[in-house]
Amino acid sequence: MDFIALAISAVKIVGLVFLVIMPMVAYAVWAERRVSALIQDRVGPNRVGFQGLLQPVADGLKFILKEDFTPKNVRTGYYWLAPALTMVPALLTCAVLPFGSQLFGEPMVIANLNAGPLFIFAIASLSVYGIVLAGWASNSKYPFLGGVRSTSQMISYEISLGLSIIPVLMILGDLNLGRMVQDQSVNGWLMLPLWGDRFSLKGLLLLVPVVISFVVFTVSMFAETNRLPFDLPECETELVAGYHTEYSSMKFALFFLGEYAAMIIGSGLAVTLFFGGWSLPFGWLSWDGKADLPWWQGLIHMATFFGKVVVFILFFIWVRWSLPRFRFDQLMRLGLVFFFEIAVINIILTAGIMMLVK
Amino acid sequence: MLFYLFAAIALAGGLGVVAFRNPVTSAFSLVASFLGLAALFIHLNAFLVGVLQVLVYAGAIMVLFLFIIMLLDIKSDEGPKITKLMGLGAALLAMVFVGMLWRVTVSLKSAPLETLYPEVRSDAHEIGRLLFGEYFFPVQVVGILLLVATIGVVVLSRRAVR
Repeated sequence: MDFIALAISAVKIVGLVFLVIMPMVAYAVWAERRVSALIQDRVGPNRVGFQGLLQPVADGLKFILKEDFTPKNVRTGYYWLAPALTMVPALLTCAVLPFGSQLFGEPMVIANLNAGPLFIFAIASLSVYGIVLAGWASNSKYPFLGGVRSTSQMISYEISLGLSIIPVLMILGDLNLGRMVQDQSVNGWLMLPLWGDRFSLKGLLLLVPVVISFVVFTVSMFAETNRLPFDLPECETELVAGYHTEYSSMKFALFFLGEYAAMIIGSGLAVTLFFGGWSLPFGWLSWDGKADLPWWQGLIHMATFFGKVVVFILFFIWVRWSLPRFRFDQLMRLGLVFFFEIAVINIILTAGIMMLVK
Repeated sequence: MLFYLFAAIALAGGLGVVAFRNPVTSAFSLVASFLGLAALFIHLNAFLVGVLQVLVYAGAIMVLFLFIIMLLDIKSDEGPKITKLMGLGAALLAMVFVGMLWRVTVSLKSAPLETLYPEVRSDAHEIGRLLFGEYFFPVQVVGILLLVATIGVVVLSRRAVR
């Protein structure tokens, strides 16, 4: 019995991480290059395979076969540890994301924790170690500056990231991501309260704080994943390549992949919290977690979840190629002076609406 | 089985903090120790406490420690010479602490959380109920204290800029 449960967990872990997230990371890189080319009116990588679809394979081979060069004056142990420390937390966080409703009576989440969003923040807050270590272990000034920037940026935006989802937790009244999605599936998504219980005066009024918290959440997510317009830690114009200047071949690739993995998990969390995770809009094929689902419905739910995540990733890419980079002091001021206060006020606003409007 | 693994991680991390001479290595040992501790909490079904352990200690406080160690670029220093008197004092203090721990451990009932308190839904609910029910006044006092400290920091750093 115990063995079977372990085996099922193992299948879910391998299936999600190696068969879904890793290929998604690889194709997110491809999508990034193709979409950026589209935006800038270029062609982009379209040679390897149909429309360049095999480009990730070629890139991977190239990274593995390149010379793995370790500069002489680095602190070797930490220099080797750093890429792993960026990649591992990013992949660990996917353990609590409900990526589907149910398939053959099995809930489609690896670990059904009662503190899902907190778990994601906790593990994501560990990913700063990779970047800090990379900056410090490289023992050279540009990586070091990148590492310092990254630390202060990630610590500051963690505050607004954490505070921004408190209204969501207040409205849904649960810390379990799976149940949060089930609630939204029956009662209407937080960002689209057009059916079920949430299609009421209270639900529509609550849309105001929800939209604010979504904006704060998304912007903080950009800062946490070091994506443009907040990619100051690796700002090419000032710091060569920031914290991974001294890295080559697969170690560099791990930083790169870690960033994309974090982006995918971040998108997954945003989808889960604000856009009803695996649920279809308007309560179609909704599921409250009680009865068993037929397998085709479970598959549709999974496809819905990953479809939403892909849309979100395209949004990430679109923003990257549309906005210029912030200056570092502007970035810190925006995080600590603007978003922090907005998030706090938003909590009070949500509490007021929930208390006054029946 | 898992308990011994995570307990070993926590203990090894704790030992590493004192044993290593390089401050960055020490800081990382402390992080490892916190992670082991968090795993132990989660093992006891105290998800919230375990997650907060990682979020607050490993994710925020230790990052700041590391940040400062790296910024000041502290070389592995020797520190002051340990005299006999200091050693004796430390041993005495450690013994008192172990004695206290032992008393606490003996007085505890040990069983899974669900069997001890079957009415508890999850530790997050229980902590929330206690903080905002029974201990509401102390929580408010601490909250105001922290708020004052935060505002104080903002005011002080502002003055320094001008």
